[in-house]
Amino acid sequence: MKIDARGRRCPLPILDLARHIGDVGIGETITVEADDPAARPDVAAWCRMRGHEYVGETPAADGTPGFVVRRLH
Amino acid sequence: MNVHLDAAAGAPLHPVAREALLASLDDGWADPGRLYGAARRAAMLLQAATEAAAEAIGTRPDELVFTANGTQALHAAVLGTLAGNARSQGFVHSAVEHSAVLHAAQAHWAVGGTAVPIGVDALGRVDVDEFVAAVGPEVAGAALQAANHEVGTTQPVREVADAIFPPLIVDATQTLGHAPVPGGWSVLAGDARAWGGPDVGLLVVRTGTRWRSPFPEDDRGPIPGVPNIPAIVAAAASLRAVVAERDEVAARHRELIDRVRAAAARIPDVEVLGDPVDRLPHITTFSCLYVDGEALLHRLDKLGFAVSSGSSCTASTLEPSHVLVAMGALTSGNIRVSLHRDTTTEDVEAFLAVLPEAVAAVRDELGAAGL
Repeated sequence: MKIDARGRRCPLPILDLARHIGDVGIGETITVEADDPAARPDVAAWCRMRGHEYVGETPAADGTPGFVVRRLH
Repeated sequence: MNVHLDAAAGAPLHPVAREALLASLDDGWADPGRLYGAARRAAMLLQAATEAAAEAIGTRPDELVFTANGTQALHAAVLGTLAGNARSQGFVHSAVEHSAVLHAAQAHWAVGGTAVPIGVDALGRVDVDEFVAAVGPEVAGAALQAANHEVGTTQPVREVADAIFPPLIVDATQTLGHAPVPGGWSVLAGDARAWGGPDVGLLVVRTGTRWRSPFPEDDRGPIPGVPNIPAIVAAAASLRAVVAERDEVAARHRELIDRVRAAAARIPDVEVLGDPVDRLPHITTFSCLYVDGEALLHRLDKLGFAVSSGSSCTASTLEPSHVLVAMGALTSGNIRVSLHRDTTTEDVEAFLAVLPEAVAAVRDELGAAGL
């Protein structure tokens, strides 16, 4: 599953992530595509604070960074 | 209510600085390089201020020069050290140096040099072995702050200085006047605004260190232009004053910052950052999940509290603080609190009384409740 957070400024991309993490099953991944420079540190920090796994970064077809998160609970 | 909790960006003028500034306006206006009475009086004031500042720092007067401001001192420290050791092209610095050091590194890079940033741990501190290992024979100079200006974490300056051969440049901006500066460095930069002085910087180059002015030639010396002598006199007098009262003020600040850290940690989903023990007494920072840093700054400002933020939405560059990013910390809803000598317990308690509600209100505006 992918979330399109293009053009959304900090802290909206991690709010989008928090709203949609429940849409994937435990053990599955969700990708936040965000061009805000704060999204990179904040998605990783959100995973740490919420106990999910930050898998890494995969760019979207248009080059926008995609931050991959695995739901752990 | 009007409470200033952003002393790291410039403390209110120390009463000793104000007094010295006013007293020297009449005697210190002339160009000290000229040959007449007013110029000689200005030169004497400059010499006395240089001696006083050198004594407060624990260095020799002939090793210290004043600069136009703290940013110029950092630029001169970095670029002058690299210019003085130009047979090597490398520059090594921590990833959490002040942006003035990083911009000097970019300038070095732009003329063909290299600049290697050294990462930090989650507390914001470099690893001594990693830093030292990066300082090879190709390195002309290295920079490591005495303590971080956003999170307050102290750096292992003495250990690094003792282990490397090239000169170590120390940014002591937030440490001078607030805590003892560790030894072993070759070049030091400071900013009087951070200890309650006017807008003047200082640069110390230890005897025997190769350093060459990075500025165009000027017959007044390594720092171009006529020195602002009233401001320099005020900077030196206030440095001496803050060093004399340092232990008492620092103990009070430490206790107040501990209160801020404890109170922030009690707010849900707040990360209190930086080393809880080995840190500056007067600076701390924390980040709030699901909080727009700019909205929180505005709300606190309306309530009468001046603080700063490393969140991207509050910076002119739209980039989050490079310090927070290097630490892997949350950058959203970031607030830095920094105290000056006149900050009272009541000031801090009043801030802490409104903080939880301010954070909650900004979260509610974003619809973040329950996430």
